[in-house]
Amino acid sequence: MNDFYIILTASLVASTCALLGCFLILRKMAMVGDAISHAVLPGIVLAFLISGSRDSMTMLIGAGLIGILTTFLIEFFHKKAKLQTDASIGVTFTWLFAVGVVLISIFAGKVDLDQDCVLYGEIAYVPLDIIITPGGDNIGPRAIYVMGSILIVIVLFIIIGYKELFLTTFDPAYASAIGISTTLWHYLLMGAVSATTVASFESVGAILVVALLIAPAATAYLITDNFKLMLVIACAAGIISAIGGYYFAVWLDGSIAGAIAAACGVVFTLAFIFSPTHGLLFRRLKTVSETSSL
Amino acid sequence: MNTFLEFFSFADPNVRFVVIGSVLLTASSAIVGTFTFLHKKSLVGDAIAHAVLPGICLGFILSGTKNPVYLILGAFVTGWISLIAVEFITKRSRLKEDTAIGLVLSVFFGIGILMLTVIQKTGNAAQSGLDHFLFGKAAALVGEDLLVFGIVAVILLIAVFLLFKEFSLLAFDKDYAQAIGLPVKWIQLTLTSLIVLAVVIGIQAVGVVLMAAILITPAAAARFWTNKINVMLFMASIFGALSGLSGAYISYIAPAMPTGPWIVIVISMIAFISFFFAPKRGVISRMIRQSSIRKTINDENVLKVFYNLGEESRNFFVQRTPEEIIRRRKFDEEMLYTVLHRLERQGYVEQTANHWALTEEGKTRGQRVVKIHRLWELYLTTHVNIAPDHVHDDADTIEHLLTPDLEAELERILNFPKEDPHKSEIPYRK
Amino acid sequence: MDNEIQFQPALEIHDLTVAFDRKPVLWNIDLKLPQGKLVGIIGPNGAGKSTLIKATMGLLPLSSGFVKLFDQSLDDVRKRISYVPQRESVDWDFPASVLDVVLMGRYGKLGLFKRPRKADRDVALDCLKKVGMEAYANRQISQLSGGQQQRTFLARALAQQADIYFMDEPFAGVDAATEKAIIDLLRNMTEAKKTVIVVHHDLQSVTQYFDWVIMLNTRLVAYGPTLSTFTQQNLQETYGGKLTLLSDVGDLIRRESFPNREESAKKAL
Repeated sequence: MNDFYIILTASLVASTCALLGCFLILRKMAMVGDAISHAVLPGIVLAFLISGSRDSMTMLIGAGLIGILTTFLIEFFHKKAKLQTDASIGVTFTWLFAVGVVLISIFAGKVDLDQDCVLYGEIAYVPLDIIITPGGDNIGPRAIYVMGSILIVIVLFIIIGYKELFLTTFDPAYASAIGISTTLWHYLLMGAVSATTVASFESVGAILVVALLIAPAATAYLITDNFKLMLVIACAAGIISAIGGYYFAVWLDGSIAGAIAAACGVVFTLAFIFSPTHGLLFRRLKTVSETSSL
Repeated sequence: MNTFLEFFSFADPNVRFVVIGSVLLTASSAIVGTFTFLHKKSLVGDAIAHAVLPGICLGFILSGTKNPVYLILGAFVTGWISLIAVEFITKRSRLKEDTAIGLVLSVFFGIGILMLTVIQKTGNAAQSGLDHFLFGKAAALVGEDLLVFGIVAVILLIAVFLLFKEFSLLAFDKDYAQAIGLPVKWIQLTLTSLIVLAVVIGIQAVGVVLMAAILITPAAAARFWTNKINVMLFMASIFGALSGLSGAYISYIAPAMPTGPWIVIVISMIAFISFFFAPKRGVISRMIRQSSIRKTINDENVLKVFYNLGEESRNFFVQRTPEEIIRRRKFDEEMLYTVLHRLERQGYVEQTANHWALTEEGKTRGQRVVKIHRLWELYLTTHVNIAPDHVHDDADTIEHLLTPDLEAELERILNFPKEDPHKSEIPYRK
Repeated sequence: MDNEIQFQPALEIHDLTVAFDRKPVLWNIDLKLPQGKLVGIIGPNGAGKSTLIKATMGLLPLSSGFVKLFDQSLDDVRKRISYVPQRESVDWDFPASVLDVVLMGRYGKLGLFKRPRKADRDVALDCLKKVGMEAYANRQISQLSGGQQQRTFLARALAQQADIYFMDEPFAGVDAATEKAIIDLLRNMTEAKKTVIVVHHDLQSVTQYFDWVIMLNTRLVAYGPTLSTFTQQNLQETYGGKLTLLSDVGDLIRRESFPNREESAKKAL
């Protein structure tokens, strides 16, 4: 049963990240996603210190706001300080992450996180943190409910805003011209990424979130040319990596999050080579057949 | 306070070692990082930094020890592989570079974490301290470790010193470098190797996760102070060294703390201070400039009014009351008084009992502004084909801005005309 | 009442100055265009042609002046304006079909919660037919040729059923057949009283294609009916090299971080 809970949690995280990741990579914002996932750390620690526990909604909101703040900061350095984009991203998130780690070190006793854990989470402990209803029923691990809710919210967000997200990703100039606010949807998307990052943090840590944001989406992009299908395939790739990674970690007795990230890499590589539409092998075969038919 | 003095007296040889080590590592990383900054490839450094973790673990697994030589070797190999992977993915598929970087970064790091945790669980005594590579521990830089890392750092610095010109040229104008016959591919290869090397040794102090900061932030900070590459390199290395020194200090007073985050916080503070206070490019400096521009505009607008009134009454040195001036052009009364007093201090006007008049200098300056205004209006209407009723606002701005040589150019192009589009005479200096 | 509407200018631009990175790239432009004309904007590289239409559509901030479309401000008439951007401005590897892209033209009419309905799809397919691409409706845009990409963009613009169309270099890199097809379509549109404004790069075809021309080189050189405006003298002034002094002053404005207008000095950072 524990296996199931862990895999379910990981799959929920993977799906949410995969969906958002599709938008991120098409907007060329993969590294901004990376930045946000690092930058929320001080917010999480502060929220922890203020509210005294992990359960509160305030943690999610406060830390999520820091994620949006990160986007502002990056833009600020780029526009006002005229710093080049890559450096704006790099300076912002490394600083925020460092602050977060220092806070953890200083308040080690009061904060139920340790610095290594923020990197790769403690998903193995998910089954231990159970919700018991006032009636005395064990309804399962808290993480499942948290991640499940986030997934539902994100799916709703994508469904409601599908046209606007689709258009602002493909052609922001045209979107502005017909009166759709590119800025609004940009910040909404960044907010969604922040919320997801924060919620996933304690199960899978900072680095794995990045892997799940980018790899499954990249995998799907190499397989299909239909955006809706891309969203589905990305989720599938994420879930497969979650399941495969979990059993791999159990076999090796190592970090589950690390194994899932590694599994993402494996799935990606398979698609990179063998994808029937854009894989290396297929392209090689296509050129061979084209030249031989001349 | 005692510990502060103890530390900075460098009496303790351990302290000396740790300081030398940290400073060498951070300074050399900062220098190499400046080149990635100039090539606009800062985030690639982040990818390399995360990718060296599996290499370190590999080095440990294969050698069974934490011998720095093996660890560096392993790190170097996976660091290089990550770069090749990013290039390959970007070139051979429709994925863009940022996606490739993020992908490689997180997957390689995940593999590294997996290996690290497996090693930790084996209970092999030799592995303790391997996880210091995550966030850095400058205090571990003693003895043989320091020697090896130190030598590599020195090699790095020498290489940069020797190839400085080539690296700079490549950053600015790759085509030109190619055209003059430089072996561009080899130079790039060398630079990339140096970057990987810098990362590999830098992580001892800063750790894998935050290594990117030491590559990027010193360069970003230095950028605010100068346009020149060699000055930028110098400043970046100083900033890097300062942060390394702080890291060593932290390691001394709080041995349980990881040094990496503190080094990053220090270098980030340096960057923020540079961002605000650097002359010319800093925010404060620009605000001061804007304020001074505003003052110039207001001063000269007032002088213009004096001059216009002087034209009408054919005497430029008549005393005027503030009300007369405001009647001519609506100034805010408080602002007018501020300006008048400032002009008086600078010698452009003189006053007698709240009656103000131009001095000779004031007349000259007012005349110049009026002249440029009319000439510019003429230029816009005759040469730029702009409607006469649009040119006034433009001229109102340009009149305060034009430099003497552009002024001369303007006169020349228009051939010293007598009148502007509104039939006002153009006042030349006698 | 009908007459009044007919004499309403499609586009009115007054004293428009646009700056890029603080340097003015368009100085004090004044224009009035009647409805139902096919208008070509011509000028050398860097003359500000794309800048002009982007500023008109509110994609760039104005340093001075205003823009009116059908005597109203931009935000009031957005639904009547359509835009065909340059082909290179998007990544054609995007996972979308031709129909997906054309349907985007209907998004302005739908609100946040509505999906494209059957009526919208009908309009989209009809527009594809007008550009001769109905067979490609389900084709992935990554598989299109340059001319087909251009026609897809055009179909998207048509799907808006707008009254005024801005197009940025629609003939760049397309084959002769596509070019002819497009210009015929644009002709039909102006006959139906639509106004079409095109940034154009090929001087040879100007007299043949356009009713009116706007000749631009950082400032407005001339504009009006092609016959009387597209003269040797105007051409010489448009293409005769840039105004050095104007450019130098623009550079000075940028270097000194000078405000473009005195009022903005009072609020500037």
